[in-house]
This record gives sequence, structure tokens and C-alpha cells, in this order.
Amino acid sequence: MSEVLDIRGAVVRLDGRAVLDGASLLARPGEVVGVIGPNGAGKTTLLRAALGLQALDGGEARLGGRALAELGESERAALAGYLPQERKVAWNLPALSLVSLGAPSQPPRRAREIAARMLERVGLTGLAERGVLDMSGGERARVLLARLLATRAPLLAADEPAAGLDPDAQLLILEILREEARRGAAVVLTLHDLTLAARFCDRVAALKDGRVLAEGPPAEALSPEALRAVFGLDGGLIQTPHGPVAALRRRPG
Amino acid sequence: MRIPAQSLILTACLVFIVSVAVLLGETPLSLSQYAQAFRPGSAVGEVLWGIRAPRTLAAALVGAALGLSGAVMQGLLRNPLADPGVLGVSATAGLGASLALVAGLAAIPGAVEIAALAGAVLAGVILSWAASRLGAPEALILFGVSLSAFAGALTALVFNLSPSPITTAEVLNWLMGSVANRDWRDIAWACAPMAVGAGLSAYAASGLRMLTLGEETARLSGLPMARLRVAAVAGAALLTGAAVAMAGVIGFVGLAAPHLVRAGAKDDPAAILLPSALTGAVLLVLADLIGRLIPTEALLELKLGVVTALFGAPVFALIAWRAARSWRG
Repeated sequence: MSEVLDIRGAVVRLDGRAVLDGASLLARPGEVVGVIGPNGAGKTTLLRAALGLQALDGGEARLGGRALAELGESERAALAGYLPQERKVAWNLPALSLVSLGAPSQPPRRAREIAARMLERVGLTGLAERGVLDMSGGERARVLLARLLATRAPLLAADEPAAGLDPDAQLLILEILREEARRGAAVVLTLHDLTLAARFCDRVAALKDGRVLAEGPPAEALSPEALRAVFGLDGGLIQTPHGPVAALRRRPG
Repeated sequence: MRIPAQSLILTACLVFIVSVAVLLGETPLSLSQYAQAFRPGSAVGEVLWGIRAPRTLAAALVGAALGLSGAVMQGLLRNPLADPGVLGVSATAGLGASLALVAGLAAIPGAVEIAALAGAVLAGVILSWAASRLGAPEALILFGVSLSAFAGALTALVFNLSPSPITTAEVLNWLMGSVANRDWRDIAWACAPMAVGAGLSAYAASGLRMLTLGEETARLSGLPMARLRVAAVAGAALLTGAAVAMAGVIGFVGLAAPHLVRAGAKDDPAAILLPSALTGAVLLVLADLIGRLIPTEALLELKLGVVTALFGAPVFALIAWRAARSWRG
């Protein structure tokens, strides 16, 4: 199957420091790929570089089989949607208007139809006219997710979509993204929660110091050896009736 | 295109206040005198159409330009405290005009106006440069405040070094902001840059709306954000420059107008543009009317810039108070 996202040997230097040092990542239609790693490992930079928001000092990035540099703004938008980690919204737009910003190339009426459908998918139909700044953090996160879905792009990239949310909202957001993958999208996420990574990702790339140290199905990329190498922690995945759980502890000394 | 009810109501308000401003003035007129106004060559006609109408229209145009410019800047910077005055565009335009006045260029038609426009465009270029380097919109507001202070200091220096006290008085008088004695020629002159500025602002509207979601999401939206951003900055600078060229430095309209219509436009940075322009026009015609009608000693009337500052400064404080609350949250 062809890759929607293909970034190879990515090097990014910021202030003389290599934030990415030869990192590679692939994403194919129908799969959820998780990027994990400690703070400062380069997860967000890898995602931003893959989308052309961060210039590469080395390596190559391709979207939809074409070099990123060749793509015009509208072509890139048609291939990839992005949900940044920061959920700051400048103005108190009604949810429906905000979600319709995901489809700016559509006529306004069509964009609103798409937005209404996406709000339904995140379970917020009843709040379509509510201002996003009047909502709870969890509701706002779902509205912003609906905006990402409204792009209907083959690649959906989300930076820490579950951060700062209660367990129910975390599970809901990841279930929705999982469902998008089932519908054919390639989903790439950065995650800090390794249990969520184990439960929802088809593949996991574990990043440290700008390099991918382990990559593969969760059982491999979250193996005790990989966790020790990436996080310097002891632990591993434990299977429970409710799915795998990552159990970790600091190493003595 | 569907015009929202808010804009229709504001248009009606504008028509009403403009009619009142043309009809009322320091010279009381009887009904029979008003009836004569439509006779060619009548003295009443000269007062209404030759003095009050261009003055009122000038106030409306300047108010609309400042209101629109404020709405564009607020959308661009995603901050309700942005306006041409706060960001130093007005002060820099004022500096340009002051230099032209002191250099004795007032006699050349259009020289002061072009100097004011050039000042505003220069401020636009400096702000664009700063915006590309300062990530946080709040940081750009602080940069604008310092630009404003610096342009103010240079204007004070112009006063300081001006050889003639008459020129100094002329500059000071001009800086206080007024639409008194504006004629149809002044209006015709201002229309071109204002129309271009309004066109650029309308073009940039979709980009302003997209910026609600932040820089990165906007960059990946598929809209030509770099072009839209330049259009917004150029549009706001042209509108402010043309307003300052016509009426001197008038503060707070650009700040207050979008604030007053924000809720009615559902906080949409694109939908707010037209009602902000209309509200700016209503506010400034009203402020000019107040300035004209409040009786003062010795034929002195209140300067427009003084009236708007007296009313506008508390509005600024109120908006800052609310904004600070949302920043904390």
C-alpha cells in the first residue's frame, strides 16, 4: 500500500542543536501511527516537518507520493490536516462556524453541511451554536477535532490530541481517530500516554534525541528494552481484560 | 450576498445621524430656510452642502476607515486590544504629516496627505516585520506601543526643533484631529486610498477568519496566508493613513467600533468588518456633532481627537480588563 506520509532521514537544527537527527516515519491509509518519546525528543518537530511547517536541514519529506517542496498550498491542504497541541482559539466563534473552517475550499453552505456532520461524529450536535470559548476543555477539544475531520484529508496529524483531558474524553477522541483510520485515513499522533499508544496505534515510533530508536507494532516499540532505551525507565506492557496497560517505574539510583 | 440585520440597522443609524449632523449646527435655521437649501446659490444651501455635508461625510469616512482598520488589525493579531492607535500606525502617520508641515510643504496640494500615508505604510512594514519575528500577538501589541511612543517622541522633537511657533501651533492643531473645514476635494482625495484599503481588507477577510485557529492551522488551511496577511496589513495601513491625512490623529475609534459589534457578528473576524466600518462612521459623526454643539468660549470648538479620546480611553480600559480576564482563563 502506498504511503500517505513518508519522511526519511529528517534533520532539523534549531540554535545549533539537532532537534531531529535522521528521523524517519511512514504512514499508510487505514493505520494509526503513534509517535512517543520524552519531552524534547522531537515529536512535534517531526510532525511539523512532515507537514512542511518546519523546514528540513536534511532528509526528505513526501506527502501523497510527492515531494513536499513541490506541493502548492492548496494541494498540501488537500493531502493533510493538522490538529496542533495548543487548543487556543482567538475568538468565541460558534462551534459550527469553527468546524466549517476545516473546509475553506468548499462553498460556505457545503462547508457548513460538512461541519454539521463532523460535529455529529464527535457527539456535539446539540452545541453547534455555542461559542467555543464558552465550552469546557473537553468539549472544545472535540470541536477542534471535528475541525480536523472536516478537512477530510487522507492524512490526519494530531499533536497530543489527548493531553490534559479526562479519561473519558481521551478515549472518545482516540476512538474517533481510530474510526477515521478505519474509514481509510492515515492517522499520525504524538502521545505521552503509553497505554493509549498501546491500545489505539497500529504502529509506534519511539523517538529520543531526534532519532527513532524503536519502530513497529506496540508490543515491539514498547518492549522493556525499547522503554529503557527511550525513557530510561523499567517496565513494559501488561495485558488486562480492558486492553494493554503500560506499567513503568524509575530505575533505582 | 446577504447583508446581516446588524449591518442594515447600523446603516439606518448612520443615515439618521448623518442627516442630523447636516441639519444641526451652530447657525440655527428655520424650516423655511431649510426649504431654500435646495435652491441653487442660496446661502443656506452653501452652509448645508458646502460646509456641513462635506464635514459630516469626512467624519463618516474617517470613522469608517478607522473602524475597519481596527477590525482588520484585531483579526490579524487575534487580539481585541489591537487598533491603529495602539499599534503606532496613527502616530507614525502623524509624524509623517508633522514633518511635511514643518518642512513647509503644506502649500503643495496633497503633500501632507502623502506624507501621512507614507508614515502609515512605513508603520505597516515595520509591524509586518515584527509580526514575522514575534510569535505571540501580545508581544506585537507591546512592540506597537513602543512604536507609537517612539513616533510620538519624534513628533515632539519636530516641535522642539521647529523654528517657527506658528508652524508648531499648526502641527499641534492638526495632530489634535478635526474634520472642520473639509471640502469635497479633500473627500475625493481620500476616497481612492480608502477604497483600495477597504478592498484589500475584504480580500483578506477569509484569512482573518482562519487565523482564529492560530498561525499553524491557518498555514495548513490551503488559503494563501502570506498574500492575505500582506493584504490585511497594507489595507489597514492605507485606511489609517488616509484617515490621518484627512483628519489628523483620532484615537480609540478603531478599538471601540469592533468591540461594540463583536457579539452581534458572532465574534467572526470576517463578518465583523462591515459593521465595524459602519459603527466607526456613526461614532465619529456623533463625536464631531458633540464637538460642534457643546458651547465653548471664543468660537473654539472641541477637537474631534479630544472628544474621541475622552470617551475612548475608558472603553480601552474596559476592553483591557475583559481581555486580561480571558488571558488568565
